[in-house]
Amino acid sequence: MPRINSASELEELRKRVLSKRDPDKPSTAICAGMGCLGLSNGRIISAFEKEVDKKDLKAKVDIRATGCHGYCEKGPVVVIYPEEICYVEVTPKDVPEIVSQTVLGKKVIDRLIFTDPDTGKKAAHQSEIPFYKNQMRHLIGNNAKIDPRSIDDYLAVSGYSALSKSLFEMSPEKVLEEIKKASLRGRGGGGFPAGRKWETARNAPGKEKYVIVNGHEGELGAFMDRAILTGNPHSVLEGLIIGAYAIGSHQGFIYTRHDTPQLKNNIDMALAKAEEYGLLGENILGSGFDFNVEVHLDIGIFVSGESSALMRSIEGNPPEPRPKYIRTSVSGIWGKPSVLNNVETWANVPLIIDKGSDWYTSTGTERSKGTKLVTLSGNIVNTGIAEVPFGTTIREIVYGIGGGIPKGKKLKAVHFGGPMGGSIPESLLDTPLDFDELAKLGAPIGAGSMLVLDEDTNMVDVTRYFLDFLSNESCGKCVPCREGIRQMLKIVTNIGDGKGREGDIELLEEISEVTGAASLCALGKTAADPLLSTLRYFRDEYGANIEKVKSPAEKRD
Amino acid sequence: MNEIIIQIDGKEVKAAEGMTILEAAQKADIFIPTVCHHEKLEPFGACRMCTVKVEVRGWTNLVAACLYPVEKDLVVKTRSEKVDKIRKMILEFLLAHAPYSPQLQELAQEYGADQDRFEKESSFCVLCGLCVRYCAEVKKKNAVGYVDCGARREIRFIPEIAAKECIDCKECFELCPTSFLQAAFVLTESFAFSRDSSPTALKK
Repeated sequence: MPRINSASELEELRKRVLSKRDPDKPSTAICAGMGCLGLSNGRIISAFEKEVDKKDLKAKVDIRATGCHGYCEKGPVVVIYPEEICYVEVTPKDVPEIVSQTVLGKKVIDRLIFTDPDTGKKAAHQSEIPFYKNQMRHLIGNNAKIDPRSIDDYLAVSGYSALSKSLFEMSPEKVLEEIKKASLRGRGGGGFPAGRKWETARNAPGKEKYVIVNGHEGELGAFMDRAILTGNPHSVLEGLIIGAYAIGSHQGFIYTRHDTPQLKNNIDMALAKAEEYGLLGENILGSGFDFNVEVHLDIGIFVSGESSALMRSIEGNPPEPRPKYIRTSVSGIWGKPSVLNNVETWANVPLIIDKGSDWYTSTGTERSKGTKLVTLSGNIVNTGIAEVPFGTTIREIVYGIGGGIPKGKKLKAVHFGGPMGGSIPESLLDTPLDFDELAKLGAPIGAGSMLVLDEDTNMVDVTRYFLDFLSNESCGKCVPCREGIRQMLKIVTNIGDGKGREGDIELLEEISEVTGAASLCALGKTAADPLLSTLRYFRDEYGANIEKVKSPAEKRD
Repeated sequence: MNEIIIQIDGKEVKAAEGMTILEAAQKADIFIPTVCHHEKLEPFGACRMCTVKVEVRGWTNLVAACLYPVEKDLVVKTRSEKVDKIRKMILEFLLAHAPYSPQLQELAQEYGADQDRFEKESSFCVLCGLCVRYCAEVKKKNAVGYVDCGARREIRFIPEIAAKECIDCKECFELCPTSFLQAAFVLTESFAFSRDSSPTALKK
């Protein structure tokens, strides 16, 4: 493939790619996301290949192993196009029948389609299944349509048109302006306005500047970033290149997980292909803009996802956070201005440039615009990844998309944001998904993990679990974090074991105040958040365990 | 270097650009307690004993004095109710590990810290990292280092390096606020040094 040297050559290539594709040609999209991978979808993919070989259908049917579709609960998921028939919980045994009946015969196999467990109603198409029906899939929707290893597939869904538009129709200032107007906020946890971060780095002195994708995704229960980065790596890369252009950076980094070979392979492939096509490297699309990307893998410690620790890690140092008295957008990697955004944030960028900030801001709430990927796990019928507009209520997500709580149990709490997040009780379920609304309730949205907890959950135990996690995953450098978490964990464990003492809750609150105020980085500063939110909404559960010890009869037991 | 005037505890202090609050305070003879700080070493910001209250451009915050760079119109308060509360608890955290450290006990008196507040876990090391950083930054030997993270973090002598470098040096011993370091070295020496590199073998 010769490299593309201009915007018009890119459009010509896109036309050629599309002209070779027959929209009526049957194709199968087999989910090869992490969840389905764990359910041996490799056997399904090879069964399809074998079947197509056997029937000599190679020219007539496309087989596509795609990124995550989101419906992990019902995996492995297979979608047959052009009819968009969706089969769930497919096994290799079903494959010959799918090929003969559905791919060739255009008939729906009743046994393999989704059946609503409550109503018994069946749904043959993805758009009719409640899990998908109630979403707005701007970011994850393309996952089923493309093979992540094919750059042509990405071009076929108008990939890199936003990059071309940025480079040839917009100045860097104009790109920055558009991102600011879109009010794009960081999806990694803080919700900081991305445009403001970009602007700070752009205005910071120095020629050398860096842009970084934070694909570390250490938040417990969050798995949307790897779905996007594995399933549609070009969308993140395109966003990164656009960001680099706006900021004036010529070097980018993708920092991601070491434990997921498929993720790294797909990123490497995307980078190689983009470079081959002239979308990365020197003189991108003939515009004169140069930009390179390096992939850097973590060492498997939670705190390395913290921005300053991550930057130290890229420098080749141990991933210990450093104080950010000077912002990383001014002094980051090797003291140079560095813009770090998470995977989902970067993936939003091409959308904003392509469709405009007006289109983008028409979705969402007053101060949280666009859509958000959330991951559903815990005591919920539909485990998986969902994308919803900001403003959707938590109740709609849990019941409308998540299908409610299994075994007819009642919901007790929804925990947001993993080990440094917070829980909200059932009574606050009508709260809209919104950075500020949830933060006000002490349950900041974090990266978007929603851990659903049913009535049998012991909230003291939930807190103990998170503190235990953090006591191992803190870097251990600063005293308030290392020792504060150690002591809080001891007290909460005692309370959980029924050995709580009077004054324990007050002591916990005092420690949390010190770790919150004096710790070096965000991990320590917010380590007590799950504790504080459970004390806020479920204080009686702590009290009940302390009462136990105070009763002399029980002490004797 | 540009001169910057800042205010510490109501007193005007002259500082040079690039200085930290701690450096400026020390120059003006204003005391800020520290555990992990050493003038020969890069600021570390781990013990947080030097936490102070700062006000600048209408913004108030608690920061580590050993790391925070001075800036124009900065107002520093080295003590406040909150600052004292933080220092008291940090000392209580550390005293659970090293109850007999004279340096910590002296500070404990000043801040009313109760050495028995938290259950004793006498590891004796408070992980200030003075030894680790002195060996790395000044001696450039890295004979002692951190292992593991979070609550499991420890310091360890690396036997292969320590056997060669430490016997004639031991400069880090006097930096240690708890004297744990010597014990750690003796243990490493007795368990992990090869026979011909141990001092007893050398003497023979």
